[in-house]
Amino acid sequence: MNARFKPGQRVRVREWYPPGHVRTPYYIRGKSGEIERVCGVFDNPERLAYAKADDPKTLYRVRFRQSDVWERAERPNDTIDVEIYEHWLEGT
Amino acid sequence: MSDRHPHHPEHHRPSTYHEKLTAAVLELLAEKNILSPAQITESIAVMDARGPHLGAKVVARAWTDAAFKQRLLADGSAACREMGIDVGTLKLVVVENTEQVHNVIVCTLCSCYPKMLLGIPPAWYKSKAYRSRTAREPRKVLAEFGLDVPGDVTVRVHDSTADMRYLVLPLRPRGTDGWTAAQLEQLVTRDAMIGVARAKEPAAV
Repeated sequence: MNARFKPGQRVRVREWYPPGHVRTPYYIRGKSGEIERVCGVFDNPERLAYAKADDPKTLYRVRFRQSDVWERAERPNDTIDVEIYEHWLEGT
Repeated sequence: MSDRHPHHPEHHRPSTYHEKLTAAVLELLAEKNILSPAQITESIAVMDARGPHLGAKVVARAWTDAAFKQRLLADGSAACREMGIDVGTLKLVVVENTEQVHNVIVCTLCSCYPKMLLGIPPAWYKSKAYRSRTAREPRKVLAEFGLDVPGDVTVRVHDSTADMRYLVLPLRPRGTDGWTAAQLEQLVTRDAMIGVARAKEPAAV
């Protein structure tokens, strides 16, 4: 399975609110960051939650600047890294 | 209130819903020959045997063996296996503190934690306050733990949201030149490996 994004690439998390078991935190939806690393391919937890191991997805660690996530961040250059599956990411 | 003494929760107290549920599931597992009580006891013993002493061994080795440290940062799971530590199927990501960067770990969705190296997480790690505030205002949270991170040091929060588990490699304290890995292990605390504290100073042991 080829990873669509590469380390260092800018990405945006989809602003998407599907029902069910989702492992993309609310606070990061719609925010932009940079691919920190490609973690590998894992079963999509949105399907695993229903005992379906049938939808492998590439998982990334995406690094966000605190000031791109929060208004009035403590320090703009502090960061937060979040693990996000490929179908939640779009290029910028 | 006397029957609700906090240090004797089992004393004269009706079982909670979840305690009853646990007992019922255990009985069913045994009755249906899925798991025997002995197997369950054995699994609990395996879980109880895990603890911060394992993480401390990994950290002390990284502090004393530069080649191992490189392997640990490149692939945490493989480096732990090399030391004979069973990390299961989860992928371990080790993040290194430096003079310029301080790392801290949280799971905002639930309570993902490197149990294979640190054992059972502390209650505060699972609290809503820690989980929400560490993402939003990490410096304030760290200050409440007694850790003031200087303004010129970058704070990196790691939200453990999916299949990775994280361990902080703390900075090796000054004044420990020539210490053996076994001595250094004594300085490595659970909280230092979560990132809410520094490793202990040599004078502390």
